[in-house]
Amino acid sequence: MLALLVAQNIAFYIIAALMVVGALRVVTCKNLMHAALWLVLVLAGAAAQYILLASEFVAITQVLVYLGAIIVLFLFGIMLTRAKTGTDDDLDNKNSAKFIGGGIAVLLLGLMGYSLIDGFKDTEFGNLMVQRTAQVSDSIFSTYLLPFEVLSILLLAALIGAIVLARRD
Amino acid sequence: MTLLLASFAPPYWLSTLIKVLVISAVVPTTALILGMVFLFKIMSWMQSRLGPQEAGPRGTLQLLADGVKFLQKEDIAPDGADLWVFKVAPLVVLMSTLVLYVALPASMHLVVADLDVGVFFVLAVASLSVIGVLMAGWSSASKYSLMGALRAAGQLIAYELPMVLAVIGVVIQAGTMSLNGIVLAQNNGSIFGWSGIGFPYILTQFLGFFIFIAAVQAELTQPPFDMPVAESEIVSGYQVEYTGFRFLIFFLAEFATAFVFAGIAAVLFLGGWAVPWLPTASDWYYVLGPIVLFAKVMIVSFIIFWVRFTYPRFREDQLQSLAWKVLIPLALVNIVVTAVLKVVL
Repeated sequence: MLALLVAQNIAFYIIAALMVVGALRVVTCKNLMHAALWLVLVLAGAAAQYILLASEFVAITQVLVYLGAIIVLFLFGIMLTRAKTGTDDDLDNKNSAKFIGGGIAVLLLGLMGYSLIDGFKDTEFGNLMVQRTAQVSDSIFSTYLLPFEVLSILLLAALIGAIVLARRD
Repeated sequence: MTLLLASFAPPYWLSTLIKVLVISAVVPTTALILGMVFLFKIMSWMQSRLGPQEAGPRGTLQLLADGVKFLQKEDIAPDGADLWVFKVAPLVVLMSTLVLYVALPASMHLVVADLDVGVFFVLAVASLSVIGVLMAGWSSASKYSLMGALRAAGQLIAYELPMVLAVIGVVIQAGTMSLNGIVLAQNNGSIFGWSGIGFPYILTQFLGFFIFIAAVQAELTQPPFDMPVAESEIVSGYQVEYTGFRFLIFFLAEFATAFVFAGIAAVLFLGGWAVPWLPTASDWYYVLGPIVLFAKVMIVSFIIFWVRFTYPRFREDQLQSLAWKVLIPLALVNIVVTAVLKVVL
C-alpha cells in the first residue's frame, strides 16, 4: 500500500510539473496552433491525474470530451481561419492587460488553494476507493436525477441557441 | 501447457514489460497481416490481377520488402514546415492505435488491462488520432495537406457519434461496458432457452453492427469514405508530404487500427475470444482464445476490405448527410428499441 502511494505521489508531481509547463506555454506561445497543442498536454495531464485519483469514468470522459472533441474543434477552427505556420506577433496583449491577467491568476490560485486545503486538510489520502463507473451512473440516475435532467435541458437550449445564432436565414 | 500458462503470475514490473513488448510486436504484425492478405492478395483477386508475385512464396513477403524500402528512404520535411509538429504527428496517430490494443481481450486473462469500462475507453482513445491527423495536415505547410486534414477532421467528428451510439445497444443488452463481460454475456447466453450457439449480439444488434462497421470504415478514412486522402483530388491529403519511415508509421497505424477495430467489432457482436461449445472458464482459452479472436477478426476485416475494394468514393455532402441524417437517427432508434425490449423481455 505504501509503495503504491509513493509511486502515486511521484507520478502526480511529474504530471503536475508537465501540466504547469504546458499551461505556461499555452499563454506565452506566439503561435496559435502551438498554443492549442500545448493545451492538449495540459488536458491529457488532467486526465492522467484523474486516473491517479482512481476515478476512471471522469478520466475517460475527460479524454473523450476535451481531447477528442473540444481540442479537435479548436484545431479545426484555427486551421479554417488562420492556418499560417510560424509566429504571430499580434498574439500578445498590452502590458496593462498582462498585469490584470496575472493578478487574476494569483487571486484564483490563492482562492482555490485555500479552499482545497481548507476542505481536505483532515482527509487521509491512503484510503482512497476506486470509483466504479456503475456507482457513478447509479447515483446520477437515482440521487441526482433531477439536476441531471435540468443540465440536459440546459445543454439542449444552448445547442438550439447556437444553431439559431449561426444560421442567418 | 495450458495449466502452465494459467499458473504464470509474474511480478508487476515483469508483467508490464511483457505487455509492452507483446503489444509493440503485435501492432506491426497485425498491420502486416491485414496489408498482405487484404490489400495485396484479396484486392488483386477481386480485380482479376495477380498481385505481388516476386518476394517470398507467392509474393507473401512483399510488404516486408516494402517496409525495408521505406526505412532506407531519406527523411524529408518540406521547406517551411513546422518541423517539431511535423515529426511528432505520425507518432500521435500511432500512439492512439497502440492505446486501443490495451483494452482488446484475447482471452479472459490475456488482456493488457481488463478495464471495467472497456468499450468507453476504446471509443475515447479512438478519437485521439484526429489530433495527429490535424497536426500532420497543418504542419506540412501545403494546401493539399491542409485540405485533407480539414476533411479528415470533419469526417471523423461526424462518424464518431454513430460509432458511440451503435455500441450503446450492445452495452444495454449485455448490461456491462467491460469487453470481457460482453464476451461472457454472449457466450453464456441463450436464445429462448436454446444455448447451442450462445447469443451473439449480431442477431439482435444487426443494425448496430452495420452502423459500427460503416463508422469504422469512415474512421479509417478508407474507400468509400476516403475524401480526406482522395488521391485524385488532393493527392493523399494529410500524408502527402510524408516520406520514408514517417509514411510507414501512418500506414502501420491505419492497418493496425483496422485490425483492432475489427477485433472490437468481433468482441461486441460475434462473441469475441470464445466459442459457444467450450465453457468460458476453460483453461484451453489461454491458447485457443487468441486463435478464435483472430479468426473472427479476419471475418470482420474481410467485410471492411470487401467494401473498400468495391465502392466508389462518396462526395463530401453525401458523406456528411449519410452520417447525420441516416446513421445517427438509425442508431438512436436502435437504442430506444433495445432499451424497451430489454425492459419488456
